[in-house]
Amino acid sequence: MSKKEFMSGDEAFAFGVKLAKPEVIAAYPITPQTIVVERLSDYVADGDLDSQYIHVESEHSAIMAALGSSAMGARTFTATSSQGLLYMAEGLPYVSGSRFPVVMMNANRATAVPWSIYNDHNDSMMFLNSGWIQVYVEDAQEALDMAIQAFRLAEDPRVMTPVMVNLDGFVLTHTYELVEIPDQELVDRFLPPYQTEHKMSLDAPKSVCIGVGPEYHMEFRYRQHHDFDHFPDVIREIDSEYREKFGRGYGVLSEQYRCEDAEAVLMTVGSITGSVREVVDDLRAEGIRVGVMKLRYLRPFPTEDILSLPESVKAIGVLDKNLSYGYEGTVYTNVNSALSRGNRRIPTKDYICGLGGRNISKENIRQIYLELLNPAAIQEGEKVSFVNLHLDQEVDKNG
Amino acid sequence: MNRPSTVRYQYPKALSEIPLPIAQAGVLIDINSGFRTSRPVFDHEKCVGCMSCYAVCPEGTIYRGESGLQVDYDFCKGCGICAKECRFKAISMVPEEGENE
Repeated sequence: MSKKEFMSGDEAFAFGVKLAKPEVIAAYPITPQTIVVERLSDYVADGDLDSQYIHVESEHSAIMAALGSSAMGARTFTATSSQGLLYMAEGLPYVSGSRFPVVMMNANRATAVPWSIYNDHNDSMMFLNSGWIQVYVEDAQEALDMAIQAFRLAEDPRVMTPVMVNLDGFVLTHTYELVEIPDQELVDRFLPPYQTEHKMSLDAPKSVCIGVGPEYHMEFRYRQHHDFDHFPDVIREIDSEYREKFGRGYGVLSEQYRCEDAEAVLMTVGSITGSVREVVDDLRAEGIRVGVMKLRYLRPFPTEDILSLPESVKAIGVLDKNLSYGYEGTVYTNVNSALSRGNRRIPTKDYICGLGGRNISKENIRQIYLELLNPAAIQEGEKVSFVNLHLDQEVDKNG
Repeated sequence: MNRPSTVRYQYPKALSEIPLPIAQAGVLIDINSGFRTSRPVFDHEKCVGCMSCYAVCPEGTIYRGESGLQVDYDFCKGCGICAKECRFKAISMVPEEGENE
């Protein structure tokens, strides 16, 4: 029988990792991820989890230790946040290029400078090009479920690619909710021990982390790129099996909420989705046709899902908790690219929000929807705007 | 001084033939990483077999063969340290012409 417990996002994720039984954990604590490694080291110290817990001296060492242990064929977990993730930078493509199925939890936090411990997505967005699968969760339950699914996905022989599971710092990592804990036996059946030929062994020596010159480097990248093509099918398969076994599923790369016949759709990433859903319900109750599309995976990117939005959609807004300075939010870039690939001409607008933990109120979201309901203005107006900015943007514009 | 046996990498023609970047040990994807511009060549008349070159070679490519010291050109990157360090001037660096072999 599964039971329910009151848990924070960090605690739920740590419990999910415990259920997944990693053989090696190499992580360095950093706010707001700290609770994850604290709980895991407790589990190991108390004998509740049979795992090798490596005390590393930095995040760079953590990802490199994870690379080494995964190269030995061990199920491997690491966790970090913000500056820690940035410190791991060198190791990330090492792990993904080597096709080692490491699972990482990243607590989304702003990057210095100005230094901040609060939430935004500027840390993980820097690594969309790192070759890792990236998934963003909305609540503690999804965090626990994705901790388990992530290992299954990463280790699938058709995937063999590391997975970064992102939780919004504080908003999700430190808030509590009732979480259903799956049965260990069921998890064991869903996620059997990791078996692979893709490892170092004395019986069958292998060359790992190979170098390839200009003659063949591009072909390896070509394969790495095209392997992503079938990840959505694997993700769908894993999610539906999870739904069958545990009674919960999350759709595939994205999830649409009340998008059918919607005139305006807002794209979200992570925990903000909950607030947006509520605003959608409020507006729908007033007879205003709006919907929200939660982008769960950013790599692989839900291009097909975006193109499947109904014809009724006349404007799309993107909530970007990140900013590529001097240009626009990264999710916006990707959404526009998806629309362009499908030759769909829908006016779009980027809403930069929540940087460094800036609050995003339901009223803010309501105003965004009301703006989106005027597609002609979206088409003509500024493409990138800032939500809840403590400046008078009009004064600023007019010098 | 047994040299490891190596297997020549069969260049893939299709996506399905490109391996994951972890390979059976001994497979060479790029010989000498493809960046050698000149190769060390022994003058066996001058060489006294002192093995100084062996000691300084960063890649461990120098070995004792049937006719004196030899270089494993599959792994030699052409850095020239052996030639520089040889007190008997028994090694000269000869420019590579065209494709490395």
